[in-house]
Order: sequence, then structure tokens, then C-alpha cells
Amino acid sequence: MLEGTAGSLLFAQAGSMALTEEILWALLRVIVVILFVLVFVPPVIWWERRLLGWMQDRIGPNRAGPFGLLQPIADGIKLFFKEDITPSKIDRFVYFTAPAIALLPAFVLGATVPWGPNRLLTPVADVDIGVLWILAISSLGVYGVTLGGWAGNNKYSLLGGLRSSAQMISYELAMGVAIYSVALPTGSLRLTDMVSRQHDPLWGVVEWAQNWFVFTPYGFVACVIFLICMVAETNRAPFDLPEAESELVAGFHTEYSSMKFAVFFMGEYAVMAVFGGIFTTLFLGGWSPLPLNWDHLASSADASGMGWLAATLAFIGSSKIAGLWFLAKIVGILTFYIWLRATLPRLRYDQLMNLGWKALLPIAALNFVIVAIWMLYGWIAFFGSAAVVTLAYFYVVVLILKPRASAKRSELKLVDVRPDTAKTIEIG
Amino acid sequence: MSSQLVVFSAMSIVAVLSAVGVIVSRNAVRAALALVVNFIVLGVLYFTMNLELLGISQVLVYTGLIMMLFLFCILLLNLGAPQMLEETSGLKRYVAVLLSLVLIVLVLTQVLGPVAFSGAPGSESALAGIPTAPDGYGTAKSVGTEIFTNWIYALEICSVLLLLGIVGSILLAKRRG
Repeated sequence: MLEGTAGSLLFAQAGSMALTEEILWALLRVIVVILFVLVFVPPVIWWERRLLGWMQDRIGPNRAGPFGLLQPIADGIKLFFKEDITPSKIDRFVYFTAPAIALLPAFVLGATVPWGPNRLLTPVADVDIGVLWILAISSLGVYGVTLGGWAGNNKYSLLGGLRSSAQMISYELAMGVAIYSVALPTGSLRLTDMVSRQHDPLWGVVEWAQNWFVFTPYGFVACVIFLICMVAETNRAPFDLPEAESELVAGFHTEYSSMKFAVFFMGEYAVMAVFGGIFTTLFLGGWSPLPLNWDHLASSADASGMGWLAATLAFIGSSKIAGLWFLAKIVGILTFYIWLRATLPRLRYDQLMNLGWKALLPIAALNFVIVAIWMLYGWIAFFGSAAVVTLAYFYVVVLILKPRASAKRSELKLVDVRPDTAKTIEIG
Repeated sequence: MSSQLVVFSAMSIVAVLSAVGVIVSRNAVRAALALVVNFIVLGVLYFTMNLELLGISQVLVYTGLIMMLFLFCILLLNLGAPQMLEETSGLKRYVAVLLSLVLIVLVLTQVLGPVAFSGAPGSESALAGIPTAPDGYGTAKSVGTEIFTNWIYALEICSVLLLLGIVGSILLAKRRG
């Protein structure tokens, strides 16, 4: 914009102009993130309700507006006009702060997500320690849930809050290790570096495809673990134990009504959307629409004399519409979330803990070790160590632990406590 | 006043206030919350010094995990009336006052000492004696390189210590019955 006149300006003036422009851009980016978080939530709620309705073979909300599109707005207005009940004997300060804390991580995480390659959509803060930042901030969000559960002075809420904190600690570790096993081949913790690394040729050899981490063996394992942990961290079904309506009467937000409940609700969906963005960044190649190397394809189309195809390909891969592709991927991940909710029943608490500590964490750690071996010694060592680990796992779990566990189960006896008729009944 | 100084003063005021809140608050949950705020603000202070890795480790480890466990225990134990937690012993109180005075004097001599001998804070003469950090100091890369080359034995000893702690706690938890 200023390029034509920049030459005639004094250097100092040009410098200050550039600075004000920088600040303006930074402000714009902040506004984009805030708008995304605020505006994206109602359509997600609509999509969830419609999709759930469809998956459960019912109609879903279809009265307010075309396809029920205005339903979230109607819900919002309803929540505004509901009576705002504040229970007695509560810790007022904590009670009122908790919903705000629950909403915080969506904004703070959104500031580091690279939404696109152009000036408007680059992260507000492209921090050197991107993935650590994600782990740290996502673990702060659970304070809102835990404190909200405590402040309401309600036993069920407290149980919900306690469950939430235990769940967060259990899944945070596996999530961290899963992230590190893709940060290691990137050689950087910065999110933009991770995206550009995924735009390299696939496996280093396939020129026309992109090396999305989900297509690499180690990345796939990390991706599955991260996905599970992500669902657990956002307290979504099947990990929604903190608000299990069938056992805890809505858990941590039982005592919240009106807008305070709405803020909790919004926080959950906003964090879901932002986590979708993080997942896209880490494993799905960021803003690239398909795992294809657009520039390479365009140049080869150009070489074979198909100019229109080259132009189309270059447009698809260009930075102008990259943000849209990113958004589309987030919507895809949110759809997956909803699909999970419609499909899987809620886990029992001990199943949740077993899954986190005994399955996800060891697998993530082994994956991390295998990645390190691959980086040091190459592909042969990678497949060799992967084979050794798989065989060892099979040997230990399937051949030793499973028979032992089932043997223990068959040893269980029902003992009749009445002394005169003492007898034992074998099970199994 | 430089922008860095503004951020620093704002953050340190919050840090001191929250630290006071930790010891003044009668309610265990509120005290824990004040500690959480304190840890986060400390992390931000590290950020202002370009020590990003240290700052984020502070937030991740202390507020994210340790304080969460603290809070978990406090909520789980449901500590009774705040009066039960009050210290009644007079002698303990005197000793505590004395020890904290000693600590304050120690800190003040360290902080004010260099200032007193080399001029006002921020002035040329005061800054002259302070060594500046080399480029890239405190980034993930430099810290990682240092830890895994020069300090590898210390790291290994630390990890063995932590492992011992984990094994010990599992033993203690499993011993009943």
C-alpha cells in the first residue's frame, strides 16, 4: 500500500509508519481470533443438534428459521431472560470467576494457532514454544470446571469438578508425549514450523504429495492418541464424566443458570473448535486443502500444456483461500466429535483411568522412543524397533497378562457366610 | 518509563498481592487460587525477560499439574472450619516473624546492594556491571543442548530421583491390605 511513497519518506518516518502498520495488523489478528471464537460457536451448536438428530433418526430443531438455523440465537435469548439464580452459602468470588476461567483457554490458545499463511491469519503470537504453550494453557481451562464445581456448594458439582481435574492430569501426559513425537521430526516447537514441515514431499520422496504427519507411521499413532486425549481434555462424550447427566445431574454446572451457564457452554464449544485448529495444525497439514503439493502439480500441469489446470491448482493452493480450507478442516473435526458423541457410550471412571495410564501413555512413550530411533538410525531401524515393540507388547499383554487376568477371574468364589451351609460356588 | 518496566511493575504488584493472599486467606481453596495466580504471574515475568521456556515450564508444571493436584486434594479432603487451621502456639509465631525478617534482610541486601554501589537502577553505571545474556539464551534449543551435553549426569540423577519417588509412592499406596 505504501510502497510507492515509501521512497520519498525519511527513514525514521518510514520506520514509525511500518511500526503503526504492524500494530494495526496485530490488532486485526486479535480481532479475527476473538470473532472466530465468538461467532463460530452458535453454528457449531446448531450443527451438533441437527447432526445428532439425524444420527439418532429424529428431526432435531427445525422450527426457528430455515433448517432451524436461528435456534442457537433463540437459545441465547432464552438464556439471557432466564432467572439468574445464585445459590446461598457459596464462595461468591470463585463462583462468578469460574465461568470466565472456563472461557479463557479458547482465546489464549486461538492466539497461537496459525489459521493461514497470509498476514491476517498468521498467529497473533508465533511463539517459540508453541506446543508447550498449548499444553500449559489447555490445562488451565480445567480450573474453571473444578472451581465451578466447588463454588456451587453442591456435592454432585464437587464430584464433577474432582473428576475433571483427575481426568485432565491423566490425559495431559499422553497428549504431551504424542505432540513431542511429531515435534521431534519437525525439530522445532513452533506451530508455523510444524505446518511448513508438513508441506515437504511425502516421506521425503513423493514429490506431488505432502508429508502430513497423519500419513507417517509414527504420526498416525501420535494422531490417534492426540485425538483421544483431545476429546478427554474438552470433556466431551465419551469422556464427559464431569457433567455426566445420568449420574451427577449435569455435574459441575448444576448450580449455574442463565448467562453463567451459557458462558460455560460456550467455553466448551469454543475450546473444541480451537482444539480442532490445533489438531489440524499438528497432524493435518494446517491450511493446505489436500495432501497434494499444489505448486509442484501446477508446474507439471503447466509443463504438459494445460494452463487452465495449472491456474486452478495454483489458486486452490494459494494463500488467499487458505483460511477457508483451515476452517473446513475444523468443521470436519467437529463433525467427528459429534459423531463420537452419537456413537459411543460414556466410559466408566476406572475405564477412563485405565485407558489414560495403561494404554495411551505407554503407547505414546514407545512411539516417542521409536521416532527418536528413526531419526538417529533411519527407516530400517524404525521398522525393526517398531516390530520388536509390537511383538513385545503382544507377548506381554496377550500371552502373559490376559491369561493371568482371566485365571484370576475364574478363581473368584462366592462364599456363603452362613457357617452351617458353608460351600463355595465356582464361576467360569 | 520503558514499556518493559511498566509490565514488570504491574506484574510484580500482582505477584506480591497474590503471594500475600496465599498466607492471609483463611480459606484453603482461595489460598491455593492465589498461589495459582502467583505462579502464572511469575511465568509472565519470565516471558518479559525472554526466558520463554522457563516461563512456560513454570505455568505448565506448577499451575497446570502441581496446583491442580493440590486443589484436587484440598477439595477431596474438604478441610473443615477455617478456625481449625489457625495456629495457636505463640512461640511458633515469634520464630516465624524472626525468620521472615532475616529473609527480608537477606533479599534486600542482594537487591539493593548492587544499586547502592553503582548508582540508580536503570542508569548507565548500574547496567555496566551486569553481564548481558548471549543471543538465544533460554530458548528451547539452547537449554536442550546444554541439558543433554554438559548437564547430562545431573539430568540422569534427577530422573532417577523422580523414579524413586514414583516407585516409593506406589509402594506406599499398595501396602494396605
